Amino acid sequence: MNNALVPLPIVLPLLAAALTVIAGRSRVAQRVITLATLAGVVGVSIALFVQVDDESVLTMDAGGWAAPLGITYVVDRLAAVMLVTSSSMLLVVMLYAIGQRGAESRHVGFSPIYLVLASGVSASFITGDMFNLFVAFEMMLAASYVLLTLGGRPDQIRAGMTYVVISLAFSALFITALALLYSATGTVNMADLAERMPQLSGGVQAGFSLLLLLVFGIKAGLFPLMFWLPDSYPTAPSAVTAIFAGLLTKVGVYAIIRTQTLLFPPESQQGTTLLLIGGFTMVVGVLGALAQDDLKRVLSFHIVGQIGYMIFGLGLFTVAGVTAVVFYIVQTILVKTNLFLVAGLIDRHAGSDRISRVGGIVRSAPLIAAFYAVPALSLAGLPPSSGFAGKFALIDAGVKAEQWPIVAAALLVSLLTLFSMTKIWAGVFWGEPEVEPTVHEGRTGAGPPLMVGATAITVVLSIAYVVFAGPLYEFAERAGNDLMDPSVYIDAVLGVDR
Amino acid sequence: MSVLLAATAAILFGLGTWLLLQRRLTRIIIGLGLIGHGTNILLLTSGGGGGLPPVIGSGEKDDFADPLPQALALTAIVITFGVTAFLLAMAYRSWQLTHDDVVADDLEDRFINARRNRDSDVADVEGADLEAAGDSAGDER
Repeated sequence: MNNALVPLPIVLPLLAAALTVIAGRSRVAQRVITLATLAGVVGVSIALFVQVDDESVLTMDAGGWAAPLGITYVVDRLAAVMLVTSSSMLLVVMLYAIGQRGAESRHVGFSPIYLVLASGVSASFITGDMFNLFVAFEMMLAASYVLLTLGGRPDQIRAGMTYVVISLAFSALFITALALLYSATGTVNMADLAERMPQLSGGVQAGFSLLLLLVFGIKAGLFPLMFWLPDSYPTAPSAVTAIFAGLLTKVGVYAIIRTQTLLFPPESQQGTTLLLIGGFTMVVGVLGALAQDDLKRVLSFHIVGQIGYMIFGLGLFTVAGVTAVVFYIVQTILVKTNLFLVAGLIDRHAGSDRISRVGGIVRSAPLIAAFYAVPALSLAGLPPSSGFAGKFALIDAGVKAEQWPIVAAALLVSLLTLFSMTKIWAGVFWGEPEVEPTVHEGRTGAGPPLMVGATAITVVLSIAYVVFAGPLYEFAERAGNDLMDPSVYIDAVLGVDR
Repeated sequence: MSVLLAATAAILFGLGTWLLLQRRLTRIIIGLGLIGHGTNILLLTSGGGGGLPPVIGSGEKDDFADPLPQALALTAIVITFGVTAFLLAMAYRSWQLTHDDVVADDLEDRFINARRNRDSDVADVEGADLEAAGDSAGDER
């Protein structure tokens, strides 16, 4: 059953990280290695994606130690689609970072650390072992600490401090949860945990479910644990913020989906709690966004709002709900990365990312305006954008499950998101700046070709996502079926004849 | 689980949490260290009681201590060590920049707070100060 492709998305970037350290003297060699590796990971992910759609779950036991003794790596449909999305975003953003002045070129450590981040993200998706998931998260987080504070500026250090401290608290809680899980069940293998969970009493199961939700909720930015997010993300270079915004919170959401659907039997799934949290998360996210003036902070609050939608879909615990989440999460990664890349272009073009200090970009750089319009409409969920398909699926699932309050909240938040997006449009692209910009570097044009090219790729991808929405939704449906029937996953890991 | 170890873990968690809630960075770091120790003790106790070293051939299967939590605790210790070192480096950088180790409020949050005060015609002094303070995010609140 061992599939040799499975560990490659983890191993390749780690090896390349070592190589880029060795090649530290030549920035060109570093770039070649990094881009080649990230492209290779995209290739492997696509191969896994194609393969997993035939066989539904691929596994690989590290060192030949069969589960549940050894560490198992598992790729199911959800993991595969997350891998493809994350690896392509990592590649695109790396291109953008090379093009951006002051991001990749400034520091020799950028490429190695970026690759470690890539490896950690892949490892979080692939691992089938709770403790290994902890290690994967730590890899990703340690890399993100460095990327966030690489410039060493006062605001970065201040924001980085909040971020590192909250992440350390997350790690401590995660280990606590692991210790309790291990003493209750005697295993940390996810499939094995799922097998043994029904033997615990209902209260203990519910306790574990909420504890894990709390742990990953910190990383996903759930209400009321999301306050660190809009403070820390915007200070990094735009390329780094784009990858954080697009990927890191979604890895937390992935962990929530994985643990809540796989580990716990239907009677101890916390549907109502998740729906409540989801509702609050979206409302708080969008209201926070409306209060902000800094473009990147507006978008950061929208990350929180989008996470609320995913938790809402998961909280329904129906095939339709989970399917919609799978479809929506991929779309959000594309759109969020895209928006932050555009924010970087605006920042570079106008010398500021305060809405009140920027204006008239639709005349001075119409290309940026076009790049912004596509993902902004998608974020608000207007047809015919990809966001419309995602939100429609979510709300349809909510209506079928007859959860009226959350459906109403979702629709209201959509409307407010649209309002927030038009506020940015009116402030940044139309009209004159309210306050004369303090630093106006008077740049013309949209930006360096690499930055513009990378942003264009994300725009094209998010348009392609709606063009191919049909087949992609069918894939999401198969993934949703797998998630709601954990026996497929468990049988593939532990073997059918156990 | 031994009561003594459980009590130790509980005390470490309690003290760590209290320190974590302080505004001084040094205390926060020490608090995180204490919580880290608490979690490691919890991990160790999760494997049940002690026993023989788990080496094949040196005893019966039931006499061995459970090696897995020990391996997990080691990994956790290494990770916590690395991240704490990074946090200390960052605290030093923060000291270099601001000569203070108080964690400042978020600048943007203070802007918005000041704007609210301005809207309701309450004293605008703090807002003006903040505008002037610009990017020097490290100032005392």
